[in-house]
Amino acid sequence: MKITRQAFLALLAAAARAFSKPRRMAMAIDLSKCWKDRGCTRCAQACHAAHNVPRIPDRRREIKWIWEERFENAFGQESAGPAVAGAPVPVLCNHCEHPACVQVCPTGATFKRESDGLVMMDEHRCIGCRYCMAACPYGARSFNWSDPRSFLRTLDPAYPTREKGVVEKCTFCNERLARGQQPACVEVCPFKAMVFGDAADPSSAIAQLLRTRHAFRRKPELGAGPNVFYIL
Amino acid sequence: MTVLANAMWGSRAYRWWMAALYAAVAAGVLLWLRQWNQGLVLTGMSRDVAWGLYVGQFTFFVGVAASAVTVVLPYYLHAWKDFVRVVILGEMLAIASVVAALLFVFVDLGRPDRLLNVLLHPSPSSLMFWDLLALTGYLALNVILARAALAGPPAAWNRALILVSIPWAVSIHTITAFLYAGLAGRPFWLTAAMAPRFLASAFAVGPALLILLCRAFRYDAGDEALRKLRLVMTYAMTANVFLALMEVFTAFYSGIPGEAAHYSPWTWLSGGFMAAALALALGRSRYAPAAVFASLAIDKGVVLIPAGFIPSPEGAVTPYIPTAVELGIVLAIWCAGALLVTVLFRVAESYNRRSCPHHPS
Amino acid sequence: MSERAIIAAGVALFLAGACFPFWRNAAAPPRPLVLPLPAGERQCVAPVAYMRASHGDLLLAWRDRVVRSGERVFTAPDGRVRELSLVRTCLGCHQKAEFCDRCHQYVAVAPECWSCHVDPRSPR
Repeated sequence: MKITRQAFLALLAAAARAFSKPRRMAMAIDLSKCWKDRGCTRCAQACHAAHNVPRIPDRRREIKWIWEERFENAFGQESAGPAVAGAPVPVLCNHCEHPACVQVCPTGATFKRESDGLVMMDEHRCIGCRYCMAACPYGARSFNWSDPRSFLRTLDPAYPTREKGVVEKCTFCNERLARGQQPACVEVCPFKAMVFGDAADPSSAIAQLLRTRHAFRRKPELGAGPNVFYIL
Repeated sequence: MTVLANAMWGSRAYRWWMAALYAAVAAGVLLWLRQWNQGLVLTGMSRDVAWGLYVGQFTFFVGVAASAVTVVLPYYLHAWKDFVRVVILGEMLAIASVVAALLFVFVDLGRPDRLLNVLLHPSPSSLMFWDLLALTGYLALNVILARAALAGPPAAWNRALILVSIPWAVSIHTITAFLYAGLAGRPFWLTAAMAPRFLASAFAVGPALLILLCRAFRYDAGDEALRKLRLVMTYAMTANVFLALMEVFTAFYSGIPGEAAHYSPWTWLSGGFMAAALALALGRSRYAPAAVFASLAIDKGVVLIPAGFIPSPEGAVTPYIPTAVELGIVLAIWCAGALLVTVLFRVAESYNRRSCPHHPS
Repeated sequence: MSERAIIAAGVALFLAGACFPFWRNAAAPPRPLVLPLPAGERQCVAPVAYMRASHGDLLLAWRDRVVRSGERVFTAPDGRVRELSLVRTCLGCHQKAEFCDRCHQYVAVAPECWSCHVDPRSPR
């Protein structure tokens, strides 16, 4: 029997309804695997291509959903010993348990989805006040200072672009999750350094990984509860 | 309405002044249309410095608006009769300042056409939602109070509104401080002293501006009123500088790197201006009101906001240099405020000429 | 001329200008627009009368279901399970240029959908 794409989606929706227990989507990044090729930026490339994220030449106005920070900038000056200082760390929206961006948004344009914990962005509703950018302690948010389309060389019609005047960020590939796929960055990583799944489900790979390995997060002292974990 | 109509017209110099303000506002509208068309890329703001002059100026003007309380409270609550001719000016200044503050919010938005989303999708967890409610409410209160004050001695309902307006004035600037002081990721703003310092600087800048405006409009407020305004200004400025020094102590003595990193030559320069203005005020200089006003317009309106963003949470130092378009729009909103102040002060003047001053009951 | 007459003349001029579209349509009624319907499809996701009047509301409701509730599919009246998607469901049958754009132009409206969503047939 051939399962059509639509039947599959219907099945998935039915399954989601049957499963009422909220999921908590989380990601773990194994830095030792990531550092097998320190020049690799495949995750960022795949993400930005899949979501029509423009490459803006003016670095001050750039838009990025997942990118690289030096270890000491991602985790704080004093957390980096000489062994890791300067090493590249992939950073993205942490889909926090207590997201400051959601708390400050005056319109609910950014919100935490109860079913799976994704911190979502409704660009239709955003008024472009950039309060979320002031509030996010991880610099995960980008604003469209000008029309992004003029900076897009290729356009994937499967995903919308944004327009000038709104904020955007990583959404843990909610559109791919809905189709039963993994996030684009996870899928493309040649070293399988990223593990993604439902941390609330004890049998998931991510839950098992977090049970067995020491994982740390960015700025734990702020109490935001990031759902992106790092393993080293 | 004839009072208002008369206020729009006057001597040759007055007409030139008004024409210049109209022209500046019109130029600002054109600049804003360009910004609306091309986006906020025309400003100096960036991914790392997401707020700049617009939000800074918004903050400053909320302070000026709140400062009406420095004349309303002594006059109505403590029956300082010397303020009888100043109190209406305070209310007029509050109206113009709230309008300017709201305009600064408007020009800062990426999608101003969606501004009403704030009311369509109310979000009680967001301080911006509460700030917009507080500001529009304060505007309405002051319009009602100023109109009533022009009509004659306060009625009972009017007195109740006056009593409401006093804590309301404090609340607008407290909420504005909370916009910044509750952000865990911005150590420069994350301080319990933010709201008290906002109020102290507001209560210095308001009386300073009232003194300057009385001079500019040759408005006879009475010598005793001016002396008392200076006194309020000097005490409030002392409190403000004191609180600023408290911030410096905590930031540097604690040795937390994220705290001290936000102090740059700009913050020190701005602090130096405030100290100099305070020295002038304590030395009873004629120039003290101008110095207090200018130093606080710089500290709150220019330095405070970008300093919170530099360095970024990841330690990146991205300079913020306002563009000509941005400066033009800021200037135009100042001119819109000046236009309102000019007209409203003339209204207040004509009222003072027509009726004998009433006394607080 | 008295002030009253000047005001009356101004109001009359304004009304004449504001009613210009009605004059024009009365003089030369616009020709009804005939839109090409997709070949091979007999039924839209809702009755034609509803789609004509309210497809905008329908799309806004779809938008909120997808973005805010995470729903992705629905069952169409013909029993088929379809995706809640402007690009994949609507444009799966209709041609944007020939269908959406022509009618929007005809009734002089400019919906914002296309400043973000992309027509797969002409992705620029």
